[in-house]
Amino acid sequence: PMQQMSVYGPVVKIHPVVLASIGDSYERRNEGASRVIGTLLGTIDKHSVEVTNCFSVPHNESEDEVAVDMEFAKNMYDLHKRVSPSEVIVGWYATGFEITEHSVLIHEYYSREATNPIHLTMDTALQSGKMNIRAYVSAQMGVPGKTVGVMFTPLSVKYKYYDTERIGVDLLQRTRDAPNTTNGLTSDLCQVGGAAGRVQDMLATVLTYIEDVLSGKQMADNSVGRYLMDLVNKVPKITAEDFETMLNSNINDLLMVTYLSNLTQAQIALNEKIVVL
Amino acid sequence: MATPTLDSPVKQIQIEGLVVLKMIKHYQEEGQGSEVVQGVLLGLVVEDRLEITNCFPFPQHTEDDADFDEVQYQMEMMRSLRHVNIDHLHVGWYQSTYYGSFVSRALLDSQFSYQHAIEESVVLIYDPIKTAQGSLSLKAYRLTPKLMEICKEKDFSAEGLKKAMIGFEHMFEEVPIVIKNSHLINVLMWELEEKCTVADKHELLNLSSSNHLEKSLQLLMDRVDDMSQDIVKYNTYSRNLSKQQQQKHQYIQRRQQENAQRQTRGETPLPEEDVSKMFKPPQPPPRMDTLLIAGQINNYCQNVKEFTSQNLGKLFMAEALQGHNS
Repeated sequence: PMQQMSVYGPVVKIHPVVLASIGDSYERRNEGASRVIGTLLGTIDKHSVEVTNCFSVPHNESEDEVAVDMEFAKNMYDLHKRVSPSEVIVGWYATGFEITEHSVLIHEYYSREATNPIHLTMDTALQSGKMNIRAYVSAQMGVPGKTVGVMFTPLSVKYKYYDTERIGVDLLQRTRDAPNTTNGLTSDLCQVGGAAGRVQDMLATVLTYIEDVLSGKQMADNSVGRYLMDLVNKVPKITAEDFETMLNSNINDLLMVTYLSNLTQAQIALNEKIVVL
Repeated sequence: MATPTLDSPVKQIQIEGLVVLKMIKHYQEEGQGSEVVQGVLLGLVVEDRLEITNCFPFPQHTEDDADFDEVQYQMEMMRSLRHVNIDHLHVGWYQSTYYGSFVSRALLDSQFSYQHAIEESVVLIYDPIKTAQGSLSLKAYRLTPKLMEICKEKDFSAEGLKKAMIGFEHMFEEVPIVIKNSHLINVLMWELEEKCTVADKHELLNLSSSNHLEKSLQLLMDRVDDMSQDIVKYNTYSRNLSKQQQQKHQYIQRRQQENAQRQTRGETPLPEEDVSKMFKPPQPPPRMDTLLIAGQINNYCQNVKEFTSQNLGKLFMAEALQGHNS
């Protein structure tokens, strides 16, 4: 629906750390403030803007006026630049559902800092039941010379993850099932078991789909069929003996390494005791 | 390296998801290769739990930035964060590690100064390579009270360590970590799950292990070499010491014999010279480095064992599946 609107302008790729940061700043806002704003940092490409970091900026908003602590913003940006010199200001964010007139003013300020800044909104108050993460870029409109105004045109938003971020987010998502309890980090074989369980679930879903199609309950989809074909063909054909040899050599390697590390540990423990004598 | 002591002021660490994401991003962007990235943890202490609610990264140490003032950076950062209501209590620091090698003098010193200033501080070790293999590897360590005592006295000699009875297993204690997200973040997670089209990567079920094993064993071998050099040094020292004792003994005996002879001849006996001044005892080698190396070796071995046990499980699973097919 909304995501497929006009794609005038660059694609915005957001990392999850930015969203978590915005959520956290919203929770820590000052009393009486209805929304928080902040700067977005990232890198700009030819066709896309990648938002990788952000920090919140204190501001005061009332009916008639808005005041942003620009000194603070400049300072924070300098500090951040020391750590990641490749990040530049790409825009700003605000929590809330609508774009108010004050937003226009703030956007003007950011236009001075960055060329064509992005404005990101995140509805943390969940007014519409969802978080509605949207990005906009401003465009001039109106009659030149007379009444000129600014219009915010929406951009398409994608989420980008580094591999390790993906794994971190997976872990975090496990907390959402039991919101009041906390989640420890599992270890060792539990993790392998968990991953195997997930693959098993996925296979079960695929199998039910296939059975439905075979028994006529669902229409066969050609693209899905092609994926299934790929899947089956990906399993490599190995003869039983080759597989045995591969398996055994790998197991031998692992066992040897385990033995060596146990030996080393025993050795250093002994060494310690002897020295202390 | 494990076993938490019962009298530790911190029994559990509670981290917010945001901190985890920030650490991951910091390493990913700034720490490619075997350089470590470091940063500061902010949070508060609640009863016997240490809650970590935010963090910020430290810039890398570059040579061309000689006049860069770390303390100033930290103070400015904390001041700014206080303006936006982020907890500004320093509760520890984090560091990334390369294949598990983090037991070093630098880490010990840093953690000691932190723990000295703030009782409950911890160091979080984030292992990016293990995380890339499928599961977030994050551990929290503190120095044991015994080790704190030793660092305070700055007495790193063999006698000092023997007195405190510290083995390499009692250097650090690990504190269990739990991850907690606020409700808003949980909602965010639900949304991301819905919209995200990144395929679920199953690195955890990857069967190849030789690369990782090679590197781990290489590091282990280097350390064991260091250890054996250290042992050789210690052996030479003890040999020197015993040789010296012998020499002292011989000298005293000779003196006594001479004196006895002189007495029989009626001459005055030679003065008893101060034996200890003549034979200066050799310097005992410092034991702290040995302890650190032993701790590091132990850590490597633990990691390798964890890795091999996981891989063995995976291989047996593969075998079962193959047997099923054929």
